[in-house]
Amino acid sequence: MTAAVGRPPLRLLVLAGLAVLFLVIPLVGLIARSPWQSLPRIITEPDARDALVLSLLTSGAAILLCLVFGLPLAWVLGRVEFRGRSLLRALVTVPLVLPPVVAGVALLAAFGRKGVVGGPLYDWFDITLPFTTLAVVLAHTFVALPFFVISVEGSLRASAQEYDVVAAVLGASRWHTFTRVTVPMTLPGITAGMILGFARSLGEFGATITFAGNYPGSTQTMPLLTYVELQRDPQAAYALSLVMLVISLVILALLRERWIGQGVSR
Amino acid sequence: MRLAILATLPLLVLVSCGDDSPSGADTQTLNVLAAASLTGSFDELAAMFEAEHEGVDVEGVYDSSSTLATQVSEGAPADVLATADLDTMQRVLDAGDADSSDTFAGNTAVLVTPAGNPAGITSFADLDKKGVTYVVCVDTAPCGKIGAALLESNEIKAEPASFEDNVKAVLEKVTAGEVDAGIVYVTDGKAAGADVIVVEIPGAADQVTGYAVAVVKQSEDAALAQAFVDLVLSAEGQAVLRDAGFVEAP
Repeated sequence: MTAAVGRPPLRLLVLAGLAVLFLVIPLVGLIARSPWQSLPRIITEPDARDALVLSLLTSGAAILLCLVFGLPLAWVLGRVEFRGRSLLRALVTVPLVLPPVVAGVALLAAFGRKGVVGGPLYDWFDITLPFTTLAVVLAHTFVALPFFVISVEGSLRASAQEYDVVAAVLGASRWHTFTRVTVPMTLPGITAGMILGFARSLGEFGATITFAGNYPGSTQTMPLLTYVELQRDPQAAYALSLVMLVISLVILALLRERWIGQGVSR
Repeated sequence: MRLAILATLPLLVLVSCGDDSPSGADTQTLNVLAAASLTGSFDELAAMFEAEHEGVDVEGVYDSSSTLATQVSEGAPADVLATADLDTMQRVLDAGDADSSDTFAGNTAVLVTPAGNPAGITSFADLDKKGVTYVVCVDTAPCGKIGAALLESNEIKAEPASFEDNVKAVLEKVTAGEVDAGIVYVTDGKAAGADVIVVEIPGAADQVTGYAVAVVKQSEDAALAQAFVDLVLSAEGQAVLRDAGFVEAP
């Protein structure tokens, strides 16, 4: 096929090469400036350990919430015909394009002490959401949910709906069809959505620092600690960034595995 | 995806509007990086400076002193740096990012509560009352160092709900009513006016932080930068700072 369309033009190759350099050089710089010798010490400091554990736990919790609430939403968007479906889809996508700090401000407006929901919670039950680990989970879920829903919905629409029809014809209830046919068939999309959402949660900064604050052990996630450390001890910031880079690579590897698996199963 | 494109449209319009504005060749920008607590005073000084120097646009950047120091050492466009403590300025001098600095003001800490004072705080010791939430600056920021020292000297056991990046972030959390109290500077309490109730902190007078200002080495017009520093140190500039509640440098 390459022979038929001719050699790739040099100017395209040069521009593509520049794009690759632009993406790769910062990562190389990060690796080059990382304090390899003090790395084990830095990443085992209590603050770093707490932040890493907190990041993994809150991102994990966020992705579970995405699964519980996002999967039904994706199913509604992908498999149910109703008026206003595209409007609903657009609404769900908004947090995807919203600057994270704006998401944080919006979450404060909703769940802060004087918020639409947070106000009554505080006045009646003395519950304050901001500055708690739950606030971190909420911030993460808010930004990860659209990723999950869009990803799963795409894979629901791509997988053949005929099987649902066959199951229905054979007498399966719609719930039965959902659990026994639809979910297993879209499992690759669901897994990819969970991994994407998890990655997005892990990197979340703006909404977290705005809505959940910054306290070691309860709300200080890896990105927040990295930001603080850049002012206290830049070496530590580089070390923490390196840890995040490694986690990102692992996530990428998992996704690739998923994609390959998906390709084989088709 | 179509939605994503739609959402960026207003942005594009904004950007292109920005380009249309007269960005004349004879306007010059002076980048002044100043501690968050200097926001109001330096905005006023910037206006005075612009009035005296035609064609000069003073761009004020306000954040915690340590954040600004990091930005300077990473080569951010900067002509003047003003920090809320002498340690941070010393770090900048040691790194060779500035040759010399002048101390020009001092500040002390107070406790502020939202105007409604939901937790009924009347003294600093009330921070230890059950259910009281408060925020302080992160300990890399000068306000955080003072805050930590005062919490210790007053033997407050309760932990803050959050370490905010800079003093204005602390003030914002208090005025928004998200927390019951926060430790800020006297000047911030004064700037917030009726939005907060100020509570004195015992021993605050022993923890005066000194403010230092310097011409940054990477400044492209050191003479103009020095002129701004001179304004800060002048009687006129000092009067602006006194009005805002700053005290004599320690």
